[in-house]
Amino acid sequence: MKYRHIKKWILLAGIVLSAVASHFSGAINSYYLQIVIFIGINITLAVSLNLINGYTGQFSLGHAGFMAIGAYVSAYLSTEHSTAFFKAFGTNFFSIALLFIGVLIAGGLVASVAGLIVGVPSLRLKGDYLAIVTLGFGEIIRVLIQNTDAVGGPRGYSGIASYTTLFWTYSVAAITIYVVVSLVDSTYGRGFLTVRDDEVAAEAVGINTTRYKVTAFVLGAFFAGVAGGLYAHSTTYINPSGFDFQRSIEIVIMVILGGMGSTAGVTFAAILLTLLLEYLRFVSGYEWLPEIVRRIAQNRVIIYSLVLIALMLLRPQGLFGRLPRRGIPVGGMAASRRTKLPAASA
Amino acid sequence: MTSAEFLQQLINGLSLGAFYALIALGYTMVYGVLRFINFAHGDVFMIGAFCGYYLSPRLLPHFTGWMTPLGPIAVLVLTMLICALLGMAIEKIAYRPLRSRPKLTVLITAIGVSLFLEYGGQFVFGADPKSFPELMPDRALEGTGPLTITTTQLAAFIVTIFLLVALTFIVKRTRLGMAMRALSNNATAAALMGVNIDTVVSFTFGLGSALAGAGGILFALSYPSIDPLMGLLPGIKAFVAAVLGGIGNIPGAAVGGIVLGVVETFVGGSAFSTYRDAIAFALLIIILLFRPTGIFGRAQIEKV
Repeated sequence: MKYRHIKKWILLAGIVLSAVASHFSGAINSYYLQIVIFIGINITLAVSLNLINGYTGQFSLGHAGFMAIGAYVSAYLSTEHSTAFFKAFGTNFFSIALLFIGVLIAGGLVASVAGLIVGVPSLRLKGDYLAIVTLGFGEIIRVLIQNTDAVGGPRGYSGIASYTTLFWTYSVAAITIYVVVSLVDSTYGRGFLTVRDDEVAAEAVGINTTRYKVTAFVLGAFFAGVAGGLYAHSTTYINPSGFDFQRSIEIVIMVILGGMGSTAGVTFAAILLTLLLEYLRFVSGYEWLPEIVRRIAQNRVIIYSLVLIALMLLRPQGLFGRLPRRGIPVGGMAASRRTKLPAASA
Repeated sequence: MTSAEFLQQLINGLSLGAFYALIALGYTMVYGVLRFINFAHGDVFMIGAFCGYYLSPRLLPHFTGWMTPLGPIAVLVLTMLICALLGMAIEKIAYRPLRSRPKLTVLITAIGVSLFLEYGGQFVFGADPKSFPELMPDRALEGTGPLTITTTQLAAFIVTIFLLVALTFIVKRTRLGMAMRALSNNATAAALMGVNIDTVVSFTFGLGSALAGAGGILFALSYPSIDPLMGLLPGIKAFVAAVLGGIGNIPGAAVGGIVLGVVETFVGGSAFSTYRDAIAFALLIIILLFRPTGIFGRAQIEKV
């Protein structure tokens, strides 16, 4: 298949480009650099959530919880244990890179264990129930962190080394996209789509739906954890309230806006939303705009909510929902077939 | 813990549970007829509290002399009316056009509506907490020995029980109530028998929202600091209460609310008080794992 090679080239190009960009990042205004890094982190978060919500159809509202675990674990390791590490390996470019890769992966792994724990109840729950349970898990994680004094509890955790560069951010984003797209396009990965489209039918033809759901959660949580690690080492200060329900919603909106089950769309939406929200900061400062417009621009969640409602009423498949996988609407054919009569589900 | 302390905690837990019960009823009724979770329900509760905040100074001065006790009742009734209209408007604008769409679409819309009410509320009312006016003198009752029972706690109990009785009457004894039960039993069959689905769904939303509004006022009487995000946590906890009692089951929601309120108060009074907000979620996960139908729920078989 020609297509498969294209994916590999894109992955390679992404990593090389991010290395080149990183090399010249000194010339970029640090404020813009921060935004570009946030875009990359948001792409990773959105694409990994898309594996759970979009491709596998398991609506999760707890992605910020996985991100928090990754952020805290990696920040704790790199802050508390770096001295011993540097004593053993010396402080140079490669030892820092090695340490950073190590803590990112450690954060991702711990997050994926949490993903496993969340994935298990998901085997029994569907739709709205699952959404609330994942939301609950996210909140439990936040409360647990708030009660952990080793990482600062409610005061937050500061003094994290600033390791995150354009190279790391965009390499992770490229790897996430590559893994998710290759997985879903593989023969094995078709199982994710069947679980989403019709779980009963999937089980009837012998697909292990349990395994697919858990795999989606574990993998999605891993990348969210890595993204959290990047985030922690970019802002150098993290706080439990930065990983609340609202953060999860932000990622969900990226997935929905881009179109659930469309990696290209979700990537685009992550870029668009991050830029839009930054731009709103400026809008709220424009003196010539009426007071009310400036105040709405300050309150970004009002805009989120209107975007969500308008999208669901007018274009529930998202901006790019139909492009990569033709024909199947969001929620699958089964859903549209079963709900012809008003509220006739049981 | 002495037995007096135990009883005191039980009373505090029951009064907290009464609020959860009032909100949980709305979740359960909407789930019963539409099979979906109205995420925005907790925010109607918040709007209820704010209605009380803005109505009381305008209404109470008109009730003087022997009419004084009617003032708070007028505030309560008007708030319930406003919340009922709000609930019906939300259903009509945001949920009705999506009724034949996949459930996930409606869920996402509900999250959108919830965020809109919370942050739109922040925009309109201001983000800072406001102190709720005293609708009635708040003092401890006499003659209860070592226990403290306040007048607001007593009022909350009485109003909750009255509303529960009224709701039971509406659901069991009126035509609309019968239509609601028919719809929740089998929507297609109910529609074929001539039940006007739109009317019944609208009525259900109105009823549930009115109860949430009343819950908002009673909550604000006991915890007189209100802000636009106050509905989020009680809303989710009330949902847990509804699931605990068996979602779709009206007495179950009331019992679930009380149980949750009591459990939370006891945890709040123990060494694990900082984990108080996580209790509801932990409870939810345990119920869903071991008894997903809740205390009173019946298992449903998925038909293809």
